Amino acid sequence: MKRYFSRKVFIYILTFFLAVTIDWLVPRFMPGNPVQNMLSRASIQSDAAEVMRGYYTKAFGLDVPLWQQYLNFWQAIFHGDLGVSVYMFPEKVTNVIFRAVPYDLALLVPSVLLSWIAGNKFGAFAARSRWLDNTILPITYLLRATPYMWLAILMAWSLGIVWGIFPISGAYSFSMQPSFSFAFLVSFLRHWFLPFASLFIVQFGGWAIGMRNMIIYELEEDYSHYLESLGAPRSLVRKYAFRNAMLPQITGLALRLGQVVAGALATEIVFSYPGIGYLLLQAINNQDYFLIQGCFLFIVIGVLLANFIIDVVYVIVDPRTRQGMEGT
Amino acid sequence: MALKTDDLRVYYQTLKGDVKALDGASFTLEDGEIMGLAGESGCGKSTLAKSLILLKPPMKYVEGRVRLDGEELPIWDDEKMNSFRYKNVSIIPQYAMNAMNPTRKIGKMVKELLKSRGISPGEKRDELEHRLDLVDLTRDVLSMYPIELSGGMKQRMVMVISSLLDPSLLMADEITSALDVSTQKAVSEMLVEFRDKDFIKSLIFITHDISILYQIADSITVMYAGKLVERAPTEEITGRPLHPYTKLLISSLPKIGAKYTEEKLEGIPGKPPELLEPPEGCRFKNRCPKKEEECDEEPPFREVSPGHKVACWKVKKDVS
Ligand SMILES: Nc1ncnc2c1ncn2[C@@H]1O[C@H](COP(=O)(O)OP(=O)(O)OP(=O)(O)O)[C@@H](O)[C@H]1O
Ligand code: SF4
Ligand SMILES: [Mg+2]
Repeated sequence: MKRYFSRKVFIYILTFFLAVTIDWLVPRFMPGNPVQNMLSRASIQSDAAEVMRGYYTKAFGLDVPLWQQYLNFWQAIFHGDLGVSVYMFPEKVTNVIFRAVPYDLALLVPSVLLSWIAGNKFGAFAARSRWLDNTILPITYLLRATPYMWLAILMAWSLGIVWGIFPISGAYSFSMQPSFSFAFLVSFLRHWFLPFASLFIVQFGGWAIGMRNMIIYELEEDYSHYLESLGAPRSLVRKYAFRNAMLPQITGLALRLGQVVAGALATEIVFSYPGIGYLLLQAINNQDYFLIQGCFLFIVIGVLLANFIIDVVYVIVDPRTRQGMEGT
Repeated sequence: MALKTDDLRVYYQTLKGDVKALDGASFTLEDGEIMGLAGESGCGKSTLAKSLILLKPPMKYVEGRVRLDGEELPIWDDEKMNSFRYKNVSIIPQYAMNAMNPTRKIGKMVKELLKSRGISPGEKRDELEHRLDLVDLTRDVLSMYPIELSGGMKQRMVMVISSLLDPSLLMADEITSALDVSTQKAVSEMLVEFRDKDFIKSLIFITHDISILYQIADSITVMYAGKLVERAPTEEITGRPLHPYTKLLISSLPKIGAKYTEEKLEGIPGKPPELLEPPEGCRFKNRCPKKEEECDEEPPFREVSPGHKVACWKVKKDVS
């Protein structure tokens, strides 16, 4: 067990190391001078530009040797210092990111969790009912095969533009400031609904189909046949099949939760929803290298952490992995 | 008599048509008898066993009757059959290595299984432990997951589970094929002991290793391409095999203790017929050295001397 985890931790650390290195390399080896690029994009007056040029040159540490630059980058990371954003100068990258995160969480955590619960329930149910299997499931397949972008745009267009039921841009009305007032909450929820619903629908289909197929597969497994041969009632056979079919779904859920920090790029673009995905797009459009670096780093850490949690959860729920660990 | 099947026919439904995997099996099994069931891979041994306990699609009941301890077994009716399963008929399936739910501790699985059959697990606890002792398993296995057991241990565990309710008929399908030679013998002898101790009344022992049958079976039944071709007491069939197929089968065994596998059977030229559209008449005719015109008609499975039945035109009653 200990060996298993120390090996895993080693792999995670190695991955993190590589990811950070790539994150550091990219702006440095991109064609052109990043500082110059930023300044021309930012198009500010020459005296301010001079201040910024000084700041950035120093921040990038382009005057010291490469290995020194690299070490400095690591040092900054451990101090939680991701630099300053160009595009929202002079705000710190960390602040900009942390301001976007709540929107991602509000959008993705409910959509992931609710679609997971509902999808699994529905999938397990469909595996049992020929009628559902023949009617609703094909619709689910259709939904899943639909490109997400297309679905989101269709929803935004029909419910937002044609019928005007929901607003389709931003996280709350432009005329408001975030506060804990009722009016703000209503505005927030109205803006939240379409992106949430579009995410829910596509994910629901995925979970439902996965669950249904897994259950049908488990019901054909040898242990199910053995139970049936010994006259176990359907409820017991189903219970075992359901439990075992849940294992890959749990992994899937953990993986999805890990990606939450990456935001939902397509959703946030279609609905101009200010999460990490949207932020990343802005950063790229504005060649805001520090912000790009920051977003990537944040996403990498989130995905790695989530994967590590999956590994731990899996060891708890599936005895087979435990055996594998002792065997190696 | 414990078991009597009468012209049992069970096919597999496939897109290409019915696979006639069990085509008219009639035999009786006495109380306390251990019947060895042998034959090449694909001849329908497992189909016979499965039809007596869990006949579900793609398997299709065609015709035939089965009586167990004087009572009719409703094998075609999944619901009605359920009360007989485990309590009267039980099976150690061919896939015994994977028969236990991988994510449940074995003891817990047994408990849940018993409970689901309306039996209090507490009542069976002592018996369960007693039988674990008999098959050389420690009680710890109950708190283990199947994956923590070796192949032989799993095999013995499934043996204990399958026979726990003292079924009248137990079918052991290919229980030795995944084990090494010494374990094979031990496991087979444990089943004999189960019979001797009256845990089970009679046993159908399906195997590829006909030599194991010499040691444990009271009688041997040979199948070929979905049909029973010969059935007789063990000494009789090994000493005086009558059906050309049985003869080849036994003579192709290098010596007692060796295992026959499909490769060794290639000593018999040709291949078994397609069961989707089997030829008319004797199904062995395309490989039979003694084939004659009459073999185009199906030979009846008839008694040629007391307790010895053969399905071959060339075997006459007066053979001595
Ligand atoms: N699910 C199925 N669908 C169609 N045909 C099947 C199916 N299962 C078995 N068969 C066919 O039925 C025949 C008998 O199969 P069965 O499993 O009873 O053979 P067996 O004697 O137990 O062989 P083995 O020694 O390999 O276990 C074979 O020809 C096989 O191809
Ligand atoms: S009936 Fe004919 S073909 Fe069949 S085994 Fe006997 S002799 Fe051979
Ligand atoms: Mg078989």
